[in-house]
Amino acid sequence: MRTLDVRDLTVAYGAISAVRSASFTAAAGKITAVVGANGAGKTTVLNAISGLRDVRAGRIDMDGQDIGALPPHERVRAGIAQVPEGRRLFGRMTVAENLEIGAFVRQDRAKVRQDIERILVLFPRLKERYRQLAGTLSGGEQQMVAMGRAMMADPSVLLLDEPTMGLAPQIVDLVLEAVQAINAQGVTVLLVEQNAYRALEIADQAFVLETGEVTLSGSGEELLSHPRVRSAYLGHDA
Amino acid sequence: MSFNVVTSSFRVVRREREAGAEALRIGLIAGVAAVLFCLIGAYVALDKRDVVEGVASFAAVALAAIALVAGYTSAATANRQGRTPRRAVLLAGGAGLAVGACLALMVLATTNLGIRTILVAASPALVRALTFGTTAGSSGQIFLLLAAGFGLGAIGGALATLVPERLRRAIIRGVFVVIFAGLFRDVFFSIASNLPGGVDRMIYGSAGIRLWPAILLFAAVVAWTILRAAAGKPSAARTGGRSKLSIVLLVATVLVLPLITSDFVAQVAMLVALYMLMGMGLNIELGLAGLVDLGFVAFFAVGAYTVALLCSNGPLAIADVSFWVALPVAIVLAAVSGLVFGLPVLRVRGDYLAMATLGLGEIVRVLVLSDALAPVLGGSQGIIEIDRPVLAGISLNTPAELYYLALILAGAVAFISWRLQHARIGRAWLAIREDEDVAQALGIDPVASKLVAYSVGAAFAGAAGAVFAVLVGSVFPHSFQLLVSINVLAILVIGGLGSLPGVLVGAMVLIGLPELLREFGEFRYLFYGVALVAMMHIRPEGLWPAESTKREMADA
Ligand SMILES: Nc1ncnc2c1ncn2[C@@H]1O[C@H](COP(=O)(O)OP(=O)(O)OP(=O)(O)O)[C@@H](O)[C@H]1O
Ligand SMILES: [Mg+2]
Repeated sequence: MRTLDVRDLTVAYGAISAVRSASFTAAAGKITAVVGANGAGKTTVLNAISGLRDVRAGRIDMDGQDIGALPPHERVRAGIAQVPEGRRLFGRMTVAENLEIGAFVRQDRAKVRQDIERILVLFPRLKERYRQLAGTLSGGEQQMVAMGRAMMADPSVLLLDEPTMGLAPQIVDLVLEAVQAINAQGVTVLLVEQNAYRALEIADQAFVLETGEVTLSGSGEELLSHPRVRSAYLGHDA
Repeated sequence: MSFNVVTSSFRVVRREREAGAEALRIGLIAGVAAVLFCLIGAYVALDKRDVVEGVASFAAVALAAIALVAGYTSAATANRQGRTPRRAVLLAGGAGLAVGACLALMVLATTNLGIRTILVAASPALVRALTFGTTAGSSGQIFLLLAAGFGLGAIGGALATLVPERLRRAIIRGVFVVIFAGLFRDVFFSIASNLPGGVDRMIYGSAGIRLWPAILLFAAVVAWTILRAAAGKPSAARTGGRSKLSIVLLVATVLVLPLITSDFVAQVAMLVALYMLMGMGLNIELGLAGLVDLGFVAFFAVGAYTVALLCSNGPLAIADVSFWVALPVAIVLAAVSGLVFGLPVLRVRGDYLAMATLGLGEIVRVLVLSDALAPVLGGSQGIIEIDRPVLAGISLNTPAELYYLALILAGAVAFISWRLQHARIGRAWLAIREDEDVAQALGIDPVASKLVAYSVGAAFAGAAGAVFAVLVGSVFPHSFQLLVSINVLAILVIGGLGSLPGVLVGAMVLIGLPELLREFGEFRYLFYGVALVAMMHIRPEGLWPAESTKREMADA
């Protein structure tokens, strides 16, 4: 179980800062939710953590170790895995091949086999689709493969970017249950969601991102009942 | 996928012209194409070579094909619009007639208007070539052109509407086989000359296949195709059974080819093997890792110049070592130059990479051409007197011997390619090609993986350059033009990106065939171009696509 600690993170696209001096912690073994409107900078934060986006300032620590200077592929070895926004599977590869390539950084063949089995237990639907091209799967199935692929790296911190986007309610349940199951295995989860209500429901901790700044934080329950969250993200009158 | 559904439903919705108007339109377009074909001088040039000895020249076949296709397309349109077959065939004849009329007009204009001052190819020679036994410029010739146009168009139309699908396929295949057999007379003739009893002369005349053998061949192909279809054998291409049998046949042909044919064919085969080497190199870069490289020829040059400097007896020689020492040095140097060039270039992506590598290729060519480096590399004078490789005391001199040298290298490179493709690095390349960001987020180091691809590709090109140097016996800067890179690229596209057998097929089609049609001069590039465009329409995945491409096309 690893803690992810982000201090004074600033990320800019040219002259515009998409994230401004954001600080937050994803506590070890917990689910931390990030809530915010479109364009608030949620994806930018995740990409900065995984290294896909260069940061202007700030520290990204894992258990006190600064990983901010590592290139993205080495952060995977350090234990960070990302499920990207929009899934981005390798559409021309089969489900099996997508899962296998998720284990690229690992050498322990036997353990990798076991982990594939575990993912097929987590998402039984993928068993029937195992040899199908990922590009031909339904949105829900693709999300399952995307999560499975990330889990194949055997991460200690999992970054999830809007995993329920565009999914039917039953599938949303299924995906979020899987997130909890993964978390129960000891994986620290940082969950970005549009679906604020569902995210806060399962989150231990949460914070609100507004135009690149962390404006509120607390436990999931606290934010669920916070008047500003209720009016801005849950569609209730304050 | 969903996109495809949209486009195909568009196709259905698109309003089609009425069949008669469409036939006229097709006929006129085809007619203009036929006239252009004549006026650029292609007809006269291609008329020198017979497909069927004394019956049909290649030029005549090409013109006939234009009328046939016009008829076929018109009839198919009429058929779709529910016209009766008779009417469809009539319309097809009309389309063919339009082609004939265009040609007739051209003949009339050539004989009566003296348009030759503007159009050099509108010459008496052209008119004579188009007489087919009538008198040049006579009304007989005009009538013949019109009648032949109508007849061919109608035949094309009948093929489209009256002939059942199976028979049609068989006939088309038969025609193609005969054309192929006639056009590549030199190859088959030299193979047949190994047979006793003057079989070669019985089958082939001096310019093409003889009439009776052509008819027999056609009948045999048609009969075989129909019988096979009747026996219920699914088409091999569909079962994938093609791969095994065709690979065996291909390998067998490749192994014995230079032994049973002429030196000329062996020489062509050698060139094909050389381009295969390069093709497999670029296949690693482009086919597997997705790196567009238009400067590929640079590494070919590094390999060639290394061997030249090391194996030459000329004034520029720096060491007089054997080819077997120089070859590994050339390969290593090419790989290293791949690394050195790769470092700055590979951080750019996509289109910019194409431009950067293009520049790189040109830099190398300019360097070897430059006066500054002339004392070392010979400038435009090149490096001459390169020793042939010596194996067990025998100097490899004949085209066949050098062919086997190139072939063995190609085999080794194919094996290495195949192993790499299925190794860890192969999967990394694939992932980078598909989505570089995601690949990084899965722990793949894109810069390192690309560098490996780039330098392995460069090493293969270096090997090709090394063979090229001893093959020709000299190297000159003009051998390392951009066109070489483009040719290699075209081989991959035609053969099928990422596919090893595709490289072989692509090299044979794009390098071998045009080389064998050398006497057509510049006009063979016309067919080269037509073939490329046709390919992109008919088989965009390539002649022998990679497994992954095939899968994608299948579910699209
Ligand atoms: N590559 C880029 N270049 C320039 N600006 C960018 C780029 N990527 C994102 N931005 C900007 O940065 C801001 C934050 O974007 P980001 O994608 O992080 O938002 P988000 O919170 O993930 O939004 P959403 O909920 O819609 O996914 C936006 O204003 C966006 O326009
Ligand atoms: Mg986002």
